Amino acid sequence: MINLNYLKEENIMKKVKKVVGTAASVLAAAAMVSSSAFAAETFLIGGIGPLTGSAASYGTSVMQGAQIAIDEINAAGGVTVGDTTYEFAMEFADDEASEEMAPQAYNSLMDQGINVVMGCVTSGACIAIVDQTYADGILQITPSGSAEGCIANDNAFRICFSDPEQGTAMADYMVNTMGITKIAVIYNAADEYSTGIQAAFEEQVAANGGEIVASEAFQTGDVDFNTQLTTIRGTDAEAIYVPAYYQDATYITSQAADMGMELPFFGSDGWDGVIATATDVANVEGCIFTSPFCASVDDPKVVAFVDAYEEAYGSTPDQFAADAYDTVYTFKAAMEQAGSIESADMIAAMTEITVEGLTGDSITFDESGAPVKDIRFVTVKDGAYAYVEE
Amino acid sequence: MSLINSIFEQLLNGLRTGSIYALIALGYTMVYGIAKMINFAHGDIIMVGAYSLYVFTVLLGLHPVIAVILTIVVCSVLGIVIEKVAYKPLRNAPSLAVLITAIGMSYLLQNVALLIFKATPIPFASIISVPSLRLGSVTISGITIVTLVVTTISMIALTSFINNTKTGRAMRAVSEDKGAAELMGINVNKTISITFAIGSGLAAVAGILFICQYQSLQPTLGALPGIKAFVAAVLGGIGSIPGAMLGGIILGIIESLSKAYISTQLSDAIVFSTLVIVLLARPSGLLGKMKIEKV
Amino acid sequence: MKKNRKLIINGVLAVAVYVLVMVLVNTGMLTRQLMSLIIPCCTYTMLAVSLSLVVGFLGELSLGHAAFLSIGAYAGALVLKLELPIWIGLPAALLVGGAAAGILGVIIGMPVLRLRGDYLAIVTLGFGEIIKSVFNAMTPITGGAKGLSQIPLVTTYRNFTPVYILTVLTILVVAHLVNSRHGRAVCAIRDNYIAAEAVGIPVSRYKILAFVVAAVLAGMAGVVYAGNIGILKPTNFDYNTSIEILVMVVLGGMGNIGGTVAAALILRILPELLRNVSNYRMLIYAIALIAMMLFNNSSFKRTLVEKRNLRQAEKIQKEG
Repeated sequence: MINLNYLKEENIMKKVKKVVGTAASVLAAAAMVSSSAFAAETFLIGGIGPLTGSAASYGTSVMQGAQIAIDEINAAGGVTVGDTTYEFAMEFADDEASEEMAPQAYNSLMDQGINVVMGCVTSGACIAIVDQTYADGILQITPSGSAEGCIANDNAFRICFSDPEQGTAMADYMVNTMGITKIAVIYNAADEYSTGIQAAFEEQVAANGGEIVASEAFQTGDVDFNTQLTTIRGTDAEAIYVPAYYQDATYITSQAADMGMELPFFGSDGWDGVIATATDVANVEGCIFTSPFCASVDDPKVVAFVDAYEEAYGSTPDQFAADAYDTVYTFKAAMEQAGSIESADMIAAMTEITVEGLTGDSITFDESGAPVKDIRFVTVKDGAYAYVEE
Repeated sequence: MSLINSIFEQLLNGLRTGSIYALIALGYTMVYGIAKMINFAHGDIIMVGAYSLYVFTVLLGLHPVIAVILTIVVCSVLGIVIEKVAYKPLRNAPSLAVLITAIGMSYLLQNVALLIFKATPIPFASIISVPSLRLGSVTISGITIVTLVVTTISMIALTSFINNTKTGRAMRAVSEDKGAAELMGINVNKTISITFAIGSGLAAVAGILFICQYQSLQPTLGALPGIKAFVAAVLGGIGSIPGAMLGGIILGIIESLSKAYISTQLSDAIVFSTLVIVLLARPSGLLGKMKIEKV
Repeated sequence: MKKNRKLIINGVLAVAVYVLVMVLVNTGMLTRQLMSLIIPCCTYTMLAVSLSLVVGFLGELSLGHAAFLSIGAYAGALVLKLELPIWIGLPAALLVGGAAAGILGVIIGMPVLRLRGDYLAIVTLGFGEIIKSVFNAMTPITGGAKGLSQIPLVTTYRNFTPVYILTVLTILVVAHLVNSRHGRAVCAIRDNYIAAEAVGIPVSRYKILAFVVAAVLAGMAGVVYAGNIGILKPTNFDYNTSIEILVMVVLGGMGNIGGTVAAALILRILPELLRNVSNYRMLIYAIALIAMMLFNNSSFKRTLVEKRNLRQAEKIQKEG
């Protein structure tokens, strides 16, 4: 609700700006003075992601994380390209994480004259618009669309890791670094994120000389994992890898604890948020998952972001928020490098820029549109997230 | 671990989910048996029960026993209200109209919960702590035992209530023939209200046991178990109370064994195929009575 | 005479809509948002009209219409991916998609012969779930959870003409079925099953017929759906989608084709124009379903209908 109200406020503010002079309320007048202190052109970012439906929390995080970056950039005087100063603004359209709704959301944003696209938040929706954005020649950066099809075209880039990258990195870590060779996997067969990671993970484990002793599937919405866990207990697995979201991870870890299983758990970046939903933090203590972002580290950039986010929205930012924050700064870097706000120039500049982001130090982008940054491993230590000491 | 041991463990897993299905199916079958309608919203009353318990224990800090009683009361009242507002005006309408209304009610409850509590799951610490039971190398968790005991008690209580009390006889009469029951001096409206109150009270109990078992709340938590419990009720013979219990447990076991030994991906397909096969081969279910339809 | 006049009016209306849309699209008077709504409007009109054949006319509740949509979409998409020239690729895809859905319609239609009412509803729901699981598990063909992507976009608004023809054909087929001898038989089954059987209507055959025709039309709508979005995922064809189509049929007046078309258009366009209230959309649907059913069966509506009938009778009396 907070988010939607917030959106409405934005709209209201715009209307207020349009009808300068007729604004009667003192508050509105004060707000206007502060926002029209320097006359600047507007650079409009079109955000697309789910604000309603079961994936609403991801879209909301992206919208809020991006807004923090936008406010920061505007407070610092906007972005100057040539002799024009641009102030960032964002319109965010709800796509309900649906392939059906995403094109409509995108086109409604195009009607509003957006300069660049931030989205979609989910992979399927993102794939549903890539051909249209390509035809329009607009720069598209998805903060969190991890499927490979999201960046198939030259105009599309992403901030997060791809699904296979995560699976491969974890397979290397578990087999080569930790020396675990017999691994069980529990994955969501109805979810492309989960299956994408699982397939690459299993392949890489085999390539590294490890063995997948059980590969158990579940479906979105399942809450009972006892059958899968019982099957795994009947094998000689040394660890369980769960590429899935934190809701599923919560059920799996707590049911494993109830069964008295003591195998270590490993996960994907969807695990971020698992502490908040676990009834007993002890269930997830010691688990390790790949994650681009951890809200509780000492890095001054991260601390500043987390503080600003908590103050604005009253909750701790997750990786989606951090990805979106980096997306906005990537737009800024591309604008400055290109010396233009034309998408064609910005797209050409994308491979030349380096972004000091929350989700990676010195992020660069390769020709395919994928980010080049180190994968990080996060663990739960004494009931809080922490980076794994290398 | 030997194969027999593993099969035994998977049977116990089936018993765990099956006992929950059985409890939900009891409410389903009772409402269907007497009011002659599929109450699609039954699964969502479970969800209301789960959230009520959360509100009473966590947000208001009430004693668990009081919270459980209040939860049952809330759901029973909700059941009566839903019946009065949405189903009663349609008592003489075609079954299609009633079904669509029930689906609408199910969506209404889910979306109200979504607006109030949001989609993000809320963790919930179980209020029931019963030590688990060890049988040789396998353990049966405490909550499974509690669920089984509660379901069995509910089944016996419900059967004897319907067979031996005056209200129970009235229910059976309404089930046979509403018009004739009315002529015999039975208050049909009151009887159906009581049916919904009991059915929804059972849903509340199912909701409580569900979140004590799975320890997490979501607005959609009742939907899938609700549909599966309906399958269980059909499997056991809709309208038959022992049948609902039997159907629930069999369905839980089918689900668990197909996940373990056939395919985790196709387990839902197998569950629904069971339904189709039962309906085609023996529409009255395992323990149901064969009925010839009259118009 | 009266029937002919109605036909002409409808024909003129259909052509007028076509001309209007073409003019709006080609002159660029529509916003992009509205342009991206054109094809979904057609798809959902087809889906709602086909479902109304089962729900409105046959009087049986089907909760698995999305299953027909999905099988048509997948089968059609596989044909489209062969990248044949559009004038052969699209008809071939429509044929295959419609046929695949039709076969599924026969399979699901079989239980229809034995089951009625509540049981039938739950079986169609079950079938919907089974189809979804199977598509999910058939990864080599359907792409599984990742979805079937890179489907050639042959039915976007740029190819409005074939889609529009298909939509009009769908409406014509259903309207013809309803107004024909077959249609009266189907309505007789709805109104009194045993009486219909007693007067010699082959009830089973007509039920199957209605079911299969609805399936084929939904399957073709699926092909259009696939060619417009370019990516198909099993999760798009869940119970909620079936319910959304059902809501259109119910709001359209259950069996009123014009009403169904109007409801489909409104329910596609309105949420898009009211993006800010999307949180309440499903809630509003739910309330609309309940309110509609209560109204349909209220004494208020009966009074209204009686008054109208009375007026009509008086008019006829005066004229005659």
